[in-house]
Amino acid sequence: MAALDAGFAPSAPSPLDERREEAAAHVRAGPEEGRKRLDLAVTGATCAACIQKIEGALTKMDGVRRARLNLSTGRLGVEFAGADERAGDFLMAVEALGYGARPYSAEAADDARTREEKRLLRALAVSGFAMMNVMLLSISVWAGEGEMDLATKTLMHWISGLIALPAVAYAGMPFFESGWRSLKARRVNMDVPISLAVLLACVLSIYETAMGHGEAYFDAAVMLLFFLLIGRYLDQRLRAKAGRAARDLASLQASIAHRIGEDGAVKAVPARDVAPGELLLIKTGERFPVDGVIETGDSRADAALVTGETEPVALTPGAEAFSGMINLGAPVKLRASAASADSLLAEIARLVEAGEQSKSRYVQYADHAARAYVPAVFVMAAATLLGWLAIGGSPHDAIMNAIAVLIITCPCAMALVAPAVQVVACGRLFQAGVLVKSGDALERLADAKTVVFDKTGTLTRGAPELLNGETLGAETIETAARLARASRHPLSRAAVRAAGPGKLAEAVTETAGGGLEGLVDGRLVRFGSARFCEVDSTGDAALEAWLSVEGRAPVRFVFSDALRPGAAEALRALEAQGLSSELLSGDRAEPVASAAEALEIGRWKAGLKPQDKIARIEALKAEGLAPVMVGDGLNDAPALASAYVSISMGSAAEISRDAADLVVQGDRLTAIPRAVEIARTAKRRMMENFALANIYNAIAVPLAVFGLVNPLVAALAMSSSSIVVMLNALRLARS
Amino acid sequence: MTAILWLIPAALALGALGLVAFFWSMRSGQYEDIEGAAERILIDEDKPIVDEDEPESEDPRER
Repeated sequence: MAALDAGFAPSAPSPLDERREEAAAHVRAGPEEGRKRLDLAVTGATCAACIQKIEGALTKMDGVRRARLNLSTGRLGVEFAGADERAGDFLMAVEALGYGARPYSAEAADDARTREEKRLLRALAVSGFAMMNVMLLSISVWAGEGEMDLATKTLMHWISGLIALPAVAYAGMPFFESGWRSLKARRVNMDVPISLAVLLACVLSIYETAMGHGEAYFDAAVMLLFFLLIGRYLDQRLRAKAGRAARDLASLQASIAHRIGEDGAVKAVPARDVAPGELLLIKTGERFPVDGVIETGDSRADAALVTGETEPVALTPGAEAFSGMINLGAPVKLRASAASADSLLAEIARLVEAGEQSKSRYVQYADHAARAYVPAVFVMAAATLLGWLAIGGSPHDAIMNAIAVLIITCPCAMALVAPAVQVVACGRLFQAGVLVKSGDALERLADAKTVVFDKTGTLTRGAPELLNGETLGAETIETAARLARASRHPLSRAAVRAAGPGKLAEAVTETAGGGLEGLVDGRLVRFGSARFCEVDSTGDAALEAWLSVEGRAPVRFVFSDALRPGAAEALRALEAQGLSSELLSGDRAEPVASAAEALEIGRWKAGLKPQDKIARIEALKAEGLAPVMVGDGLNDAPALASAYVSISMGSAAEISRDAADLVVQGDRLTAIPRAVEIARTAKRRMMENFALANIYNAIAVPLAVFGLVNPLVAALAMSSSSIVVMLNALRLARS
Repeated sequence: MTAILWLIPAALALGALGLVAFFWSMRSGQYEDIEGAAERILIDEDKPIVDEDEPESEDPRER
């Protein structure tokens, strides 16, 4: 802990007290008297050693009864006894181990989604169990055809019914409920004919068995449900990870603000209570809770998350500051100009939500198709029923053929077409280092015609790198790093990266806009701007720093925001695939221009706000160019959400990763053309599958209408068409 | 025929047993963290996998 405290202490004290207050606010009552629960979102944990370190450290702490880390969701549940304020200690303990931690507020919507997923899985298990056992009995009935007497057959059917009916009642619930809901809303969805076919098949089978006719179709009913549930479960799983963006953004928003009262007293208040016109104190290292104008103070702020600019912006009296910026220098007083709900960060959250909603309209496309399809199914089944009655068929035959039509037209193969291909394609993309968050993103990616790139953090590394490390020598860099370890300035962080872990200098002070000063081995050392180190320089202040050691000549450190390896290669590959590229950045014009030149991107724009990026993307969409947005910053999140398809870097701000459809792991840009290629193959496969399903319908439906198919054969045909579709999807894994 | 009278209930019972086992494992949270479960086998100390909201039971096997 000592090393950690030293790292925080000199110039950039983390707002420890607030983090404690915030953590304490998230403590909930535990499962029993005197126990409390705290959920933390932990980032960076990836392996068994991480689990062991985190859980081990926490369970050793006083009063902790249980600590459990969920590696899949990154959620750490801590149960403890004692005061709420202890929550801060747990947070600090996890951070001391080198992982990121922040309080996690449980969201009801997320739980509803996992509940639905579990319910489908249970229904799937039940229908699978029932299907296997009913089939066992059915096969013996078929095998004994002609030899088995009617009494044995009826007994077999009764046993089948005994297994199938409870299973249908349980596993069919998702379809019955959804069908009933749509009927109540005076609409029909695909679940209505499915439910009807299953229920009719069951009722008719009971009747037949009770009458002792020796025909029953329980097997058809459960098999239908089993295949339908597979499709629905795959679909649900793919969607489960998407759509958590707004909640995670909310947790980024500073939750506590320091209000300066009329009498000058500072009081911590929840950020949402801040009203425009109030005076706030923003301490060093603190995130601005709301937008406002600087009243007094001289400092710099890290605006990278808000504007994408790598260079800290100066905060002088009269300057505008936006929520989400981080104060890097001295404390400042801020006159709030907007309430928390109207601030930039909240606006970004709203833009993301709006973008996601407009995207979900695309998802509804399938429902539109169903709306046209369902009446056709009913008309066909009804026509079959009436037609058979009209030509003098028995009611039994008429009903039987109508059921066969209902089953055979069941869109299971259709329902499986998309999820099956998506799952296989997502598996392949995962091997290529791309995570797909929503299944239909692949279909959209296959249609894309332009790619829009963000600069900072996407095409470039997003953090300055030391260029002249070799000429400076390790010792010089280490001296600078001793000072830089106390600072959050991007250039300081670059120097620390170059030097690696090490000690901190003594008595370090940071001058906002200037640099750092401290004692190394008893000598006064300065690291900062040319002016601060008292040297004359004509270089770009954003990309150079000077180190002056008492009694020695100052040394110049040169930095640059390097292009990512593979960027040019990826752009060329995309061009070969027929996709044009464009560069949109919130950064200043010069670095954007030089990046565009290096990568040979013709169209670029600099200094854009999130709204400007959205406007450009909407314009591209209006031109029918289906833009893919590739970005990483907080400022990119709304543009990502509104783009036709969005791709985010794995190292991106969490909000961007959540707003994006695809996440490139390991930041390999060359994975993007690869993803386009797989998406296009997947789309081709999907089209083939639709064709297969349609050919099947074209052959099977007339047969059913003319009474050549009984419900069991219908169910078998339906299942085999599903299997064919699945096999075709699996071809994707090998190609 | 008599064999079938034994085999059908036996098959059903075994299938039902599997189903019950699956339900139990799902209810007790064993599918909550599949990635974590894959990594936890590498941890030497043996702790119960079951992630229940109950206090530690007095059962020595669960300790």
